[in-house]
Amino acid sequence: MLDVLQNLALGFSVALSPPVLFYAFVGCVIGTLVGVLPGVGPLAGISLLLPATFGMDATRAIVMLAGIYYGAMYGGSTTSILMRIPGEAASVMTCIDGYAMARKGRAGAALAIAAVGSYIAGTASVVALMVMAPPLARVALRFGPPEQLALLLLGLLVLAYMSSGSMLKALAMAALGLLLGTIGIDQMTGYMRYVYGVVELGDGLGVVPVAVGLFGVAEILATAGAPTPPAVIKPRLSELLPSREEWRQSTWPIARGTVLGFLIGILPGSAHIIASFVSYAVEKRVSRRPQDFGHGAVAGVAGPESANNSATSGAFVPMLALGVPSGPIPAVMLAALMVHGVAPGPLLIGNQPALFWGFIASMYVGNVMLLILNLPLVGLFVNILRVPYPYLYPAVLVFSILGVYAVNGSVVDVWIMLLMGVLGYVLRKLDFETAPIVLGVVLAPLIELSLRQSLAMSDGRYAIFVEHRIAAALLVFGLGLVLLNLYTFARRRLDWRARMALADKGDSS
Amino acid sequence: MSVDRISGIGLAVLALLVLEETWRQRLPLGSVASPGPAYFPGLLAVLLLAAGLAMAALGGGPRVSTLDWREWRHGVAIFAACAFCALALERLGYRLTIFVALGFLVGVVERKSPAATLVFAAALALGTFWLFDTLLRVPLPRGSLGF
Repeated sequence: MLDVLQNLALGFSVALSPPVLFYAFVGCVIGTLVGVLPGVGPLAGISLLLPATFGMDATRAIVMLAGIYYGAMYGGSTTSILMRIPGEAASVMTCIDGYAMARKGRAGAALAIAAVGSYIAGTASVVALMVMAPPLARVALRFGPPEQLALLLLGLLVLAYMSSGSMLKALAMAALGLLLGTIGIDQMTGYMRYVYGVVELGDGLGVVPVAVGLFGVAEILATAGAPTPPAVIKPRLSELLPSREEWRQSTWPIARGTVLGFLIGILPGSAHIIASFVSYAVEKRVSRRPQDFGHGAVAGVAGPESANNSATSGAFVPMLALGVPSGPIPAVMLAALMVHGVAPGPLLIGNQPALFWGFIASMYVGNVMLLILNLPLVGLFVNILRVPYPYLYPAVLVFSILGVYAVNGSVVDVWIMLLMGVLGYVLRKLDFETAPIVLGVVLAPLIELSLRQSLAMSDGRYAIFVEHRIAAALLVFGLGLVLLNLYTFARRRLDWRARMALADKGDSS
Repeated sequence: MSVDRISGIGLAVLALLVLEETWRQRLPLGSVASPGPAYFPGLLAVLLLAAGLAMAALGGGPRVSTLDWREWRHGVAIFAACAFCALALERLGYRLTIFVALGFLVGVVERKSPAATLVFAAALALGTFWLFDTLLRVPLPRGSLGF
């Protein structure tokens, strides 16, 4: 422990040096800006600014890029809460209750809770990163395709189990999302599936156009022409910060989101997106008032926002400790380190202690900076709601089109967003939740690839999922959840029959 | 007919279309031990078909005739404006396309004054171009007219 503290002191001496502090600040500001703008997510922000770091030393470069990464995570909540447009895919769940809070005049509270939750999660997960990086990274390395498939299936089952609405509808939407996720090149054989000659569809449907369409555009289609369009909200200064009750309601969701996010973040795949979905589902299930979810539940903002920030730090565990990126963003950052002649991996801590511990310490500093940056901006951002709706929604549409176009520079993405907007509008009318579709689009390629890789590893034997202990344990847990759900369903049906029988008895007497 | 019933039928039809399309594109199905490119989508389509049929059988939800679609005219106008953007973005360029789309939405659909429409459309089209293209170096299309 003494070693850790000594190393941390070394790290802070690096992180608090004026040049490193400056680059951390620049990264945080750019990241927040990138996160606020829909479409231009952390990956695009980091990729665009990567060449700008080539002239810097490795520590400054990685500190700035990390600042962009978690700055974007902070900023992503802003448009979700104020306009129901996910700034990036991990903010999809924040759209649901964050936007509902904003329509109730609690936008300031939602933004403040998101900022504080992100800060707590970010800081706590850095502590975990510091202490547990090497052992956790070794566990993450044991996750091969069978384990990953079991985990992804478990994630889907947890979501279905946690859903408080119609499970059948949630499963149908998840299946629809998974189907949409199969569009594009088959990664194992190279076959084109359902692309109809559109080359851009070869890479599959992007998560950003799907999410922005299903949430942002669908919302505008549904509300812009409503007989009573959304009223202009004029928040008062006293309403900008959360009430004591709102803080109380957000405490446990932040704690749970932090732990969940960190653990999921370590694993390969689009962890920060999955973390926010799972956190929302958990909060909905453990809540005493699940009916509030979707109508402005504080936990629906606090949990997912904490989880996606915590997952950000978790994603650095395998990258720093083993040199294995767990997703596209850590992969770009890994490339940045290698450009600077640094080889991440088990020897990094010993060979370059100033860089490793400086980076860790800069994450603490960055989180404080982001909180200081974001809390005063709450008042500024909330003023967007003062704009009358006939001006606000065209502006939101412009940002949506621009953000979606900017990801790949392709109008095909704009069309996808538009079609998803119409689909989201119709599904909303028919009382379907659209979030499982987004999750399905994210998970489909991962599930399919890990299933086929597992079978390739075992010569087509499904016993591989039992022989691998972690995979077997995860699948047994998932099966338990299904059985539990069937039991609850059966009991409800029996209760219903009993009530009917009692009512009949009452009528006849 | 209830909302769930009609939704279930819609999802079942979609699933059948996916299955038909999978067969039409001649994607190899593979086997249970070695799934081909059609295996996973086919399996999902069967799941969707089952879910759709179950929803159609169970029914539930309000009647379709009670759904309120009064905003559809507005919705069509917004869709048209967005579709115009998708069609014109790379032909007319970002600034001109957004200016025209905003002019249509604010001036024609929302019936705001011409002066307000003009100022709003020009400010947003030029302002966002400056922010993204000039400041953030996100390349936006200029079109054949250079806008």
